Amino acid sequence: MPDKEKKQGTSISRRSFLKGVGTGTVAATVAPSVLIGGEKAADAQEGDAVASATIQLNINGKPYQVEVEARTTLLTVLRDGIDTSGNNVDLTGAKLICDRGECGGCTVMVDGKPVYACMMLAMDAQDTQITTVEGLADGDDLHPVQEAFIQHDALMCGFCTPGFVVSSAALLSENTKPTLEEIKVGLSGNTCRCGTYPFIFDAVKTASKKM
Amino acid sequence: MASWGEASESRLIGKRIPRLSGRDKVTGKAKYTFDINRPGLLYGRILRSEVAHANVVGVDLSEAEALPGVKAVIQIVEVGNKIRYQGQEIAAVAAETDDIAKDALRLIHVDLEELPHVVTEADAMAEGAPQIRDDWAGNQSDPNVREEGDLAGGFAQAAVEVEATYHAPVQTHVCLETHGHVAEWEDEQNLTVWASTQGVFGVRNDLAGSFNLPANQVRVITEHMGGGFGSKFGPGVEGRTAADLARITGRPVKLMLTRKAEHLVAGNRPSMTQHVRAGATGDGRLIAYDMKGHGTGGISSGAGFQAPYVYHVPNRRAERVNVAVNVGNQRAMRAPGHPQGAFAMDSLMDELAEKLGMNPLEFRRINDPNETRQAQYTLGAQEIGWHRRNNVPGSGKGVKKRGMGVGSGQWGGGGGRGTQARVTINSDGTVEAVTGTQDIGTGIRTAIAMIVAEEFGLAPTDIMVKVGDSGPGLPSGGSGGSQTTASVAPVIKTAAAAAKQKLFERIAPQLNAPVGDLRVGNRTIYVVSDRTKTIKWELATGQLGMDSISEGGEWDEELRQGGVAGTQFAEVEVDTEIGEVRVIKIVAVQDCGLAINRLTTESQINGGVIMGLGQALLEERFMDALTGRMLNANLEDYKVPGTFEIPEIKSIVFDTHRKVTGVGEPPCIPTPGAIANAVYNAIGVRIRELPITPDKILTALAEKKA
Ligand code: FES
Ligand code: FES
Repeated sequence: MPDKEKKQGTSISRRSFLKGVGTGTVAATVAPSVLIGGEKAADAQEGDAVASATIQLNINGKPYQVEVEARTTLLTVLRDGIDTSGNNVDLTGAKLICDRGECGGCTVMVDGKPVYACMMLAMDAQDTQITTVEGLADGDDLHPVQEAFIQHDALMCGFCTPGFVVSSAALLSENTKPTLEEIKVGLSGNTCRCGTYPFIFDAVKTASKKM
Repeated sequence: MASWGEASESRLIGKRIPRLSGRDKVTGKAKYTFDINRPGLLYGRILRSEVAHANVVGVDLSEAEALPGVKAVIQIVEVGNKIRYQGQEIAAVAAETDDIAKDALRLIHVDLEELPHVVTEADAMAEGAPQIRDDWAGNQSDPNVREEGDLAGGFAQAAVEVEATYHAPVQTHVCLETHGHVAEWEDEQNLTVWASTQGVFGVRNDLAGSFNLPANQVRVITEHMGGGFGSKFGPGVEGRTAADLARITGRPVKLMLTRKAEHLVAGNRPSMTQHVRAGATGDGRLIAYDMKGHGTGGISSGAGFQAPYVYHVPNRRAERVNVAVNVGNQRAMRAPGHPQGAFAMDSLMDELAEKLGMNPLEFRRINDPNETRQAQYTLGAQEIGWHRRNNVPGSGKGVKKRGMGVGSGQWGGGGGRGTQARVTINSDGTVEAVTGTQDIGTGIRTAIAMIVAEEFGLAPTDIMVKVGDSGPGLPSGGSGGSQTTASVAPVIKTAAAAAKQKLFERIAPQLNAPVGDLRVGNRTIYVVSDRTKTIKWELATGQLGMDSISEGGEWDEELRQGGVAGTQFAEVEVDTEIGEVRVIKIVAVQDCGLAINRLTTESQINGGVIMGLGQALLEERFMDALTGRMLNANLEDYKVPGTFEIPEIKSIVFDTHRKVTGVGEPPCIPTPGAIANAVYNAIGVRIRELPITPDKILTALAEKKA
């Protein structure tokens, strides 16, 4: 691997990752795959784009070592990932609904900003702080947005709810006193089919009073 | 006679109680089928046809089978059989990761001999169209004709007549959790399935039949589910496939539909086209109605709609046919047949009223036989400020013009027999309520807790409610027809009452009082005639020891009632330069019977209105006649309402009686008609085709000018 492809800490860039897999010289970072069905990396062809690597992600204040492929999304790691000790990451709050950045069901915060986890590659999430809906509450103390969602019944089937909760929390961290129009703009990247919007707007307003 | 008691006596029933599943849903803890991770889980995917009509000549699975990480590949369609719509299942795989499953699908080679297809109603009905159903000449079913009175005589009395064609296109359900299952075999005889379903027992029975198992050896679990709207009753091909892949691999398999497949094969609301001629007398009575119409439910039938709707026409004839197209089948969608029927009827009503020179509300008052709606007209008109409405449609000044409209709806929702439930009092004072219904997002869990808690003087959070599991063997029907609450609530109430009675029988001797004098409240059992005689709830139940009290319940007709009326008023603003319709406000006056939980009932009304708004302004399935494919099978091009479309919604729970009824479906019915009428009132040009999009508005305005 050329020296100028400097890695920061233990993380690897997408480019060096692909290159490394291609030349077979990143043995130190490309661990045998557990993600691709027990087929060892050695079995993968040289230059095979589906070979995997171990990366570290910081999710809800905890480090996770996970095997990923170049194409693995952050959402896939959160939901289906298995860490290197064989435990499921199992953070299934974020949902895959549209699979293409249209619905916000997969919204998480990356360094405090709302991000569609279905649209972000896992390796690009290295060296960031990821907060999922599971990480919003402080122990048993819910985030004001969560409290307000329950109080106002801002959820029905609840499938879109984690995405709305995270987007609302992100909105309020930027703008503690949003107007109704600002709430609509802030949540315009999220979709709810049950039609909970009116009570979501109420909930965000209530939560904003506690921010 | 059983009753829910007076409002003044109720501590919980009829109040606003936050739903019990709220905490799990806002923290991401709630596990949907899609979230189930099992040890050794495999990921299933289905290969679907991209072609709308073809003979299957060959399917080669070998390359997919050889892909590392693939654990099973099965063929679903047989060689020699026909593909009849895009999305039809061809084969399926189970693999170690979802990405590998995706890769494997690309390695399945399918040889299809394409046949001519028709995917639009017009093409299907055209002269010389390819026949795609052997049993339907011209791709049309036999007409369904309903007739009453004397049509010719009716028209002879008419002072005004309207002749018009109304159309509503196919809509899809867009459940945010796609249809799907996780299937796991304990051994060859015992299957557990997590299903995203609105009918736990229906899925159980179907799978038991498919795999030839006694029903109680299949357990179906639906702890939470992400929307159904009528499309999620059976396991479908995908559910049986998941179970089959799990059986072959000996490992649990998760198989969720993709967003695209959800649009293609998981159901839709059929289209509707009506050619209507109708007449009214000079004093404003509907007198004659003649309708010829059609709709498509895909390759299947089921494209019915209500015509005429809610208003009384003494002399009428309605003739409908189903049109077959090479597209995935319809399934029940929130008030099947009603919203589109209501849109056409309410549009027609306004057109007739205008010809009569009558206020449309006045015209409805004359022709609507339903007393509840008569009262709702008054209330709704006040709430929206009907007097502000344009007397002359389109007379508002400026580029953005406002208008108001009204629409109506009617539904059943009275529930039925067939639910079994148990209410159990344990010695530690806990109370459990178990039944096999499922919470599709309406909040039945919370309603059950409220009913039981009311009976025992406890808090709803004290009650452990178990629903969405066939394991306990307490069946309940599917959540359809707005029947759930009216089917389940009476059984829960009588079970709770029976359990309480049993506990009182145990405690009465100690309190030295007749059983009938015992009451419970505030976690204390007391004697109504001598309030000094009390025993704390936990002390009383503590005496049960191992002998917990567990009672079933009976469905009691006295506790429920069907038949709900609804009226909605819409105010819109139309930008006459860009053709955009913005809904400013909807007033939804919805007959709800006894709303057990007012908060979640309001949520349901809001939700219905918003789905109706989507149908009015946004939603349409686009089929490409040439390729036979759906053009907008995603969430970007198939547009459902988002934050910007949401108006001020005033959801009014209109109390008519103290019997339980269901309101899941009715609030979506009047919305499209009310919005369409408001658009007309704003710009003076009528759009008779849903959705009311800017292109239609601009074209209509241009035609008016010309
Ligand atoms: S699933 Fe990521 S935006 Fe829809
Ligand atoms: S609550 Fe069901 S999709 Fe939003």
